[in-house]
Amino acid sequence: MIALEGVTKSFDRPVLRGVNLIVPEGCLYGLIGPGASGKSVLLKILVGLIRPEAGRVLIGGRDIFQMSDLELQEFRKRIGMLFQNNALFDFMTVADNIAFPLRRLFNLPDQEVQERVAERLAVVSLPGFEERMPSGLSGGQKKRVGVARATVAKAPIVFYDEPAAGLDPVTSQKIFDLLRAEQRASGATVVMVSSDLDRLLTVTDRVGMMYRGSLIFDGTTQEAKQSKNPYVHQFVHGIPEGPL
Amino acid sequence: MSTPRALQPFATIGGAFLATSEVVGGMGVMFGRIVSRLVRLSFDRSELLRNLYKMGVKSLPIVVVTALFTGGIMVIQAAPLVERYGAHGLLGWGAGFGTLREIGPLLTALMISGRVGANNTAELGTMVVTEQIDALRALAIDPIGFLIVPRFIGIVTTLFLSTVFADALALFGAAYAGRGILGVEPMVFFNGLTSGLLGLGDVFHGLIKSVVFGMVIALASCQFGIATSGGAPGVGRAVNSTVVVSAAGIFVLDYIVSFAIG
Repeated sequence: MIALEGVTKSFDRPVLRGVNLIVPEGCLYGLIGPGASGKSVLLKILVGLIRPEAGRVLIGGRDIFQMSDLELQEFRKRIGMLFQNNALFDFMTVADNIAFPLRRLFNLPDQEVQERVAERLAVVSLPGFEERMPSGLSGGQKKRVGVARATVAKAPIVFYDEPAAGLDPVTSQKIFDLLRAEQRASGATVVMVSSDLDRLLTVTDRVGMMYRGSLIFDGTTQEAKQSKNPYVHQFVHGIPEGPL
Repeated sequence: MSTPRALQPFATIGGAFLATSEVVGGMGVMFGRIVSRLVRLSFDRSELLRNLYKMGVKSLPIVVVTALFTGGIMVIQAAPLVERYGAHGLLGWGAGFGTLREIGPLLTALMISGRVGANNTAELGTMVVTEQIDALRALAIDPIGFLIVPRFIGIVTTLFLSTVFADALALFGAAYAGRGILGVEPMVFFNGLTSGLLGLGDVFHGLIKSVVFGMVIALASCQFGIATSGGAPGVGRAVNSTVVVSAAGIFVLDYIVSFAIG
């Protein structure tokens, strides 16, 4: 289970204002909201990349910001992350990118690493792409390689930041279907940020909506669609007029 | 609150001092982090080999061209005086003294700064703005040990070895320029070089400078790269800062090292 208690963060302006959130184990949780509402910052706090000024982040009952370096390293073996811009390492091949967590964190033998890389590439419909460089891939292909890297270690907790950003509608739907199938197969706890509401809401169990740094809605997908909250209603249904 | 006009020159000087302190302080902190990982041998070996090849081997062509022409230019500039005073026998010593102690390490450092330092900053800066550094941290990989330490070792090693190579090539270029312009036979040039006026101290003088220059280039390029912000324009600004700060640092430290070791 993932729990945030009173998480607050500011840069040159407040970004997160006392966010309280619980993501149940095995849940695919969608985090939605207008731009600059704090979604990506919240995701990076969950991974431990950004330290909040106040509040706690509890994963599996442990406050991740109270962990020692060794404990944090063990914790990060249990998470996978897809970044908004994919964050593929430019100087590595596709295979090396996907294999990176396996080699670095788990010290698996080469044969097993190669097999798992090939399996991941087949799942994301990129067989035979092992020796390609990221610079030679299209946006959709980079996204799929990023998904492969985020899921290769079969982590019990996975975070996706805009998994379909910049993709055509067909590829977007394939990505969402893939991520949902992966989550169902593994039972992982997933937090997914996406602006593609139509597709996101077809795969989520629960939804949270951020607005100006606050979590203004937290409920099931159905509750989000039926919400009478004017901000949530306008955003979920894409209505131009309203308080947003 | 705006600064009164009478105090603006002081504000400008103060601002420049603070900016310089921030840069130097950042490089100092970076150096401390690098040393702590070097002591523990906590860095990536495969990244080290990759950077040694990329920075060292691939810089050879430009080092060769720079060094050969440097030697030739020194002879061209010295030719009128050599002819006037009939100092042909001192040509080897003169070229050797200037090359080994100053021109070799200085020009090689400036060349490596422009080629390797700027590229290093651009790579690191691009990694920052495309979240690759965040991806490393999310995978519990220490970016300093994985990226920075191999690059630091790569740049310092590259500059040291390139200086040795450049010194030899510059003297070779000078010898044959001397033959072509002044009619000084290479054997005469070589005798002037080894006549006893030059010693190992002159060689080490230049090599010490090459290590110091390498450290400045490495620290500046890594510091500005890893601190990049503001997207693609930020990468451009970081590269510009690296080139300027590296060049300024090289000249300042050239003076200090020359004064300190004589």
